[in-house]
Amino acid sequence: MDQNSLHRVRNKALGIAHGVGLFLAMLVICLPGIWIVLSSLRPTVEIMAKPPVWIPQHLSLDAYVAMFSGVGKGGIPVLDYFRNSLIISVTSTVIAIAIGMAGGYAFARYRFRAKSAMFLGLMLTRTVPGIALSLPLFFVFARLGIIDTHFGLILVYVALNVPFTIWLIDGFFRQVPKDLAEAAQIDGCTRWQAFWQVEFPLAGPGIASAGIFAFLTSWNEFALASQLTRSINSKTLPVGLLDYTAEFTIDWRGMCALAVVMIIPALTLTFIVQKHLVGGLTSGAVKG
Amino acid sequence: MATVSLKKLTKSYGPVAVVHGIDLEVADREFIALVGPSGCGKSTTLRMIAGLEDISDGVIEIGGRMVNDLPPRSRNISMVFQSYALYPHMTVRENLGFSLKIAGAAKEEMDRRVAEASGILGLDQLLDRRPSQLSGGQRQRVAMGRAIVRDPDVFLFDEPLSNLDAKLRTQMRTEIKKLHAKVKSTVIYVTHDQVEAMTLADRIVIMRDGFIEQVGTPDEVFRRPQTRFVAGFIGSPPMNLHEAAVDDGQLLFASGERLPLPSQFKANVETGDKVVFGLRPDDIYPTGHGISSGEDVDVHQLELPVTVTEPLGNETLVFAEFNGSDWVSRMLNPKPLKPGDRVKMSLDLSQAHLFSADTGKTLRG
Repeated sequence: MDQNSLHRVRNKALGIAHGVGLFLAMLVICLPGIWIVLSSLRPTVEIMAKPPVWIPQHLSLDAYVAMFSGVGKGGIPVLDYFRNSLIISVTSTVIAIAIGMAGGYAFARYRFRAKSAMFLGLMLTRTVPGIALSLPLFFVFARLGIIDTHFGLILVYVALNVPFTIWLIDGFFRQVPKDLAEAAQIDGCTRWQAFWQVEFPLAGPGIASAGIFAFLTSWNEFALASQLTRSINSKTLPVGLLDYTAEFTIDWRGMCALAVVMIIPALTLTFIVQKHLVGGLTSGAVKG
Repeated sequence: MATVSLKKLTKSYGPVAVVHGIDLEVADREFIALVGPSGCGKSTTLRMIAGLEDISDGVIEIGGRMVNDLPPRSRNISMVFQSYALYPHMTVRENLGFSLKIAGAAKEEMDRRVAEASGILGLDQLLDRRPSQLSGGQRQRVAMGRAIVRDPDVFLFDEPLSNLDAKLRTQMRTEIKKLHAKVKSTVIYVTHDQVEAMTLADRIVIMRDGFIEQVGTPDEVFRRPQTRFVAGFIGSPPMNLHEAAVDDGQLLFASGERLPLPSQFKANVETGDKVVFGLRPDDIYPTGHGISSGEDVDVHQLELPVTVTEPLGNETLVFAEFNGSDWVSRMLNPKPLKPGDRVKMSLDLSQAHLFSADTGKTLRG
């Protein structure tokens, strides 16, 4: 076999190995998700079976029907939870993005005293595990009377997300050359107009990425929400999962069905923003 | 169109001053070039005129109106950046029309002026492209177009050609010159390239360490440099500059070699003065190969060893050793020379310069 065909065969083999490797990796990543979807469609006996039943025998939408069919018939107030989750996640994301844009822009563009100390301070807040804050938060919130309110959770999630959005958006504003805003100012813009006309559109993908991350953090957060919510006034979907646990039993099927209901909006949103997200995360790679 | 005047313009960052109270008057429709090495304060000065940088002290007037505290948009200037600073998310058309859009111009007016500018610069075919789809030269042209569309009082250029390759730079230089002839506006042009300054400007301002060293026409700064720095900065290859002492009507160099004191300086120096002797490569030439044919009064002949030659086709730069270092000379109608050859050189001392070794100022009376 000559050198050329040897290399051709080798390249082909490498290509196949590559594909198989990717498939296995994706399988590992996707399996829990697939298992949740499958489990929401099959009876508890099958879920709990040992050894596991890999191929589902009985598929039904019973869990979903039950979920929406009101208290007493195995239902939970899923629409209330959904509404709470949506209000809390969207509001806290919007606020976190607004603060993140202002802060990120300031860190990227201005010089001021103690700038790096402040930035470091913001980042350090990320090193504190959220659960460690739950008890102090609970006391403070109880005193303030904002336990079991949307406002309370929004406050927590804004605080949780702001350091991250500032950090991410700062990076994107740094990639927008300073000259552009200056050129815009010479072209007749005020500082404010220069920001909205030139810098904001260019940092858009980064801001979208920060938004997605902030939204998902709020949407999926469980530990703090479980401490700070009580009733359908403010309980979010992750906390709602606990409704499927009783003293001696856990309704795994129902829990998986609710998990699927939770995943769908997050997944949809990610798909919509995906184009921007990818653009955002790689936009620094090629000099424009 | 307008005059620009800087009075005691100062910029400091904390205790560090980068521009030290400079004065400059730019006439209406004049093309002024600010040149100097990196860090001399030329870009800072330009940015202060644009309003992108606060001024620490002094006055800036555009068209007789003080603009010290006006934001850039109220100064009626336009600026071409070194990086072009085109808006990447807009097409060429939108880039050109951006300032008009912000000003709230009518659609027809906008189209007319964009068409006018793109006509002048040959951008008609590119109007719907984005900056990322343009070559360097095209981007440069769009940046200039954006400046023209505004119809400003003053054009500011901040090293606009330094991102282009050598050939394109020469081309664009010519275009800028043509453009100035067409739009007839006041231009302040910052560059570190003295050739650009010489070829484009009506007057050149040479800056160094935040001070103005000299202001003059290209001819003045070339033929009558006021300081040693200007002498060394303007001209390519640079002027030969060597320290010497005045000794009995002669110049005594460190190596012990001597040259006659150029007659135009005789009245201004006396024995014992430390001076810097300067002679342009054009004024040293292998005898018979110079610009002047040797009939001048003050030509001095020397035989010197050649160390290196750099043939350029129409001329050859000959490096010859004198006073322990290489002196550059320009040989027209070149003949082959090789290192080690001893060549009879003519030094046209009537063109020589003398500067004080202490102050660096010219000793011309």
